Amino acid sequence: MSASLSIQNRLRLGQGALLRGLLLLGLAALALLPVLNRLPPDSALYVSDFVVSVSGKWVCYAILALAIDLAWGYAGILSLGHGAFFALGGYAIGMHLMRLIGPRGVYGHPVLPDFMVFLGWTELPWYWQGFQFFPFALLMALVVPGLLAGVVGYLAFRSRITGVYLSIITQAMTYALMLAFFRNDMGFGGNNGFTDFKELLGMPLNTPGARAALFYAALVALGGSLLLCRHITRSKLGRVLLAVRDAESRVRFLGYDTTRVKLSVFVLSAMLAGLAGALYVPLIGIINPGEFSPGNSIEAVVWVAVGGRGTLAGALVGAFSVNAIKTWLTSFAPDLWLFVLGGLFVAVTLFLPRGLVGLLQKGDGR
Amino acid sequence: MLRVLLVLLVLAVPARAQDAFTTALAGLSGNFTAQAEAVERLGALGDPRALPILQALGEGRLLKRADGVLLLRQGEALREALSGGASTEAGEVLRINNRVRGALRGAFGRLQLLSPVEAERLAAADGLFRSRSAENVAMLEDALGREASARVRPVMELALAASRLAAGEDSAKRQGIILLGGSSSPEARAVLLEARAANAGLAAEIDQAVAAIDRRLQLKRAAETAFQGLSLGSILLLAALGLAVTFGVMGVINMAHGEMVMLGAYTTVVVQEALRGIPALAPLSLPLSVPAAFLVTAAVGVALERGLIRHLYGRPLETLLMTFGVGMILQQSVRLIFGAQNREVVSPAWMQGTLQLPGGIEVTQNRLWIIFFSLVVLGLTVAAIRFTRFGLEMRAVVQNRRIAATMGIRTGRVDAMTFAFGSGIAGIAGVAVSQIDNVSPNLGTGYIIDSFMVVVFGGVGSLAGTMIGALTLGIVNKMLEPWAGAVLAKIAVLVGIMLFIQRRPKGLFALKGRAAEQ
Repeated sequence: MSASLSIQNRLRLGQGALLRGLLLLGLAALALLPVLNRLPPDSALYVSDFVVSVSGKWVCYAILALAIDLAWGYAGILSLGHGAFFALGGYAIGMHLMRLIGPRGVYGHPVLPDFMVFLGWTELPWYWQGFQFFPFALLMALVVPGLLAGVVGYLAFRSRITGVYLSIITQAMTYALMLAFFRNDMGFGGNNGFTDFKELLGMPLNTPGARAALFYAALVALGGSLLLCRHITRSKLGRVLLAVRDAESRVRFLGYDTTRVKLSVFVLSAMLAGLAGALYVPLIGIINPGEFSPGNSIEAVVWVAVGGRGTLAGALVGAFSVNAIKTWLTSFAPDLWLFVLGGLFVAVTLFLPRGLVGLLQKGDGR
Repeated sequence: MLRVLLVLLVLAVPARAQDAFTTALAGLSGNFTAQAEAVERLGALGDPRALPILQALGEGRLLKRADGVLLLRQGEALREALSGGASTEAGEVLRINNRVRGALRGAFGRLQLLSPVEAERLAAADGLFRSRSAENVAMLEDALGREASARVRPVMELALAASRLAAGEDSAKRQGIILLGGSSSPEARAVLLEARAANAGLAAEIDQAVAAIDRRLQLKRAAETAFQGLSLGSILLLAALGLAVTFGVMGVINMAHGEMVMLGAYTTVVVQEALRGIPALAPLSLPLSVPAAFLVTAAVGVALERGLIRHLYGRPLETLLMTFGVGMILQQSVRLIFGAQNREVVSPAWMQGTLQLPGGIEVTQNRLWIIFFSLVVLGLTVAAIRFTRFGLEMRAVVQNRRIAATMGIRTGRVDAMTFAFGSGIAGIAGVAVSQIDNVSPNLGTGYIIDSFMVVVFGGVGSLAGTMIGALTLGIVNKMLEPWAGAVLAKIAVLVGIMLFIQRRPKGLFALKGRAAEQ
């Protein structure tokens, strides 16, 4: 304890700049991973395929964490359904990847994905039209989550549903979507979801080159999202968001349309989550309704809580550190992981309300 | 050639006419005409000994030994049909033609209709209802005269009515139509519709009868849907009642509430296993589980409130996350202790089986008990809040914590007790859930979202709202299910609640006056 305190004291000198520096250093180190992967395996700096794909996953998770942080940390909207936006983004890209399989499926049908042939369908449902074009699929990966967030958010914010009520409603939303996507007749592959992807943008998946490309795409997206969130939180809108978080009715009485402010940041956050899902699915090679499970969403919330909500760096720190623990722990003591995750919820809320980043920052007396 | 000789030989041997049964039996080895007559006579005699022999004849297992004795083949063994003694010598299989087969069907129906076994009589009457022919009328009238079982009689009556409908005279047909119209079975409806085409003269009567059946069927369906809805609603009520206390009254959001239900269900498992060795107490394991589950979950609730939740009062979002973590830990602990697979809870005999209500409405006993049980628990909860010292203090703390404290109420203790009370009710809900659902570590996750929906829908802080909300959601869910499917019904209900909150953000039963202000 005393050791950590002294470190804390030393770090307090230039915490803001230091944090930013560490963050940039970390991102730069990540960017090196696919390069090190190309080194000969006996080299000291060699990085295995596993590490590259796992860190790619984490980068996508970090985007999701940013999205949650933007809504929760800055606007006070605790959504327990961001996993749904993530999964919808993933499904949109998954549909594109399924269309690209074409006649290479098990049943060899030129257009229909295998599961539709298996169900005895003869033509593509209308909502599968257009997904053969990558830009359309990418657009849908952003628009569909944004639209859903817009509808749910409009209904909720308009009638002043806040706090835990909103959390419960968003959780019910992802739960309902999970149930719906488990159904075969929805036309999204039911239980099994989508998998067995072949290529994306003319590049065969599951090669080191494709993995590196997807990794860099995710990293660039993370950087872009970070800049976007930084811009928003430093703008006037960001100030209003903080005010809404801390005293919503006062902001409303001052003449701000808090419903619109909250709605716009909620929709943007959902779109970021959709983007994260869209980057995640080609990297992982599978998407199924399990991604909608309420547990996933709440796990993502705990990343932000651990890292420190209300700071963009906190979202990244939390996503990487919690997932590092998870990957490490599930490989050697899988039974322990849920205890640790549950313990993290308890410990962070009780002892570390401002997260890991809060340890580095000077206390502001709150 | 040889066959003809054999037949002649058999006919030449004089049948030892001990009784009518053996005489008739001998005819089975004659030519097809003789066989058919013998089968009809055996059927008319109504002797139960004939049934296995006729069955063997129909299935090609009846043999004739060279000395004319009939043999039954059962698997590899051969036995004499009349005496039952084993036979080492084989014989020739008796063949039958379509006429004999027709005679056999009639004889089976008649013999089984008089069988001493109730289930066989039931099956026979059902078979005759399906085959319906005017020839069966006399036979059915005879059997109905002897029938005493209340289960078989209505089926026989239906069969008789259907057979009369196939008879020649209009008066018999009318009788049949009236009888069929008095039933509430879809099969009777089908029979009537089929007869309508053939009997243009009776169309008006038939239409009337069909309409009567339709009315009764509709009523039956509505009653069964309502019962299923009530049953689902009572489960929701039990699960949500504890939440209505902790969330509604205290304002503490406990995401580990589902895990409390799960702990209650596991307490039932443990109590049942502990009492298995004690014959005197084993039948009482379920009633004993109720207080046990209450105590276990109330203890966990106190520990949770005093140890963790009270540090987070006034920070609902943090409380939500923290209790979710606690739920995870509880779930994983139970998974490690009891294993991830489902545990079985045996229902006591008085909860098993179905209850037949008039009009063919079927009601499962255990669900009926759960509806009753949930209302009792609701009554006790209301009584505890209204009429006890603890309830009074609890209401005082909810209304104004500081003034309650100045009046000498130990608010901390009241908080702990209230939370224990809510958790204990969740444990009791677990006992009920264990009777109809799989007991597994993630049992609670399925109930938590629904319970919150009930509380939000019914109005936070109102037990009456919780009851109305739970029963409404249960019934609406079951009403939507037939034409939307279980999953879509659930989604529709969730969307419906979201839209409902638009109009009444505080739920059905909003608190009014001072208590409504936060």
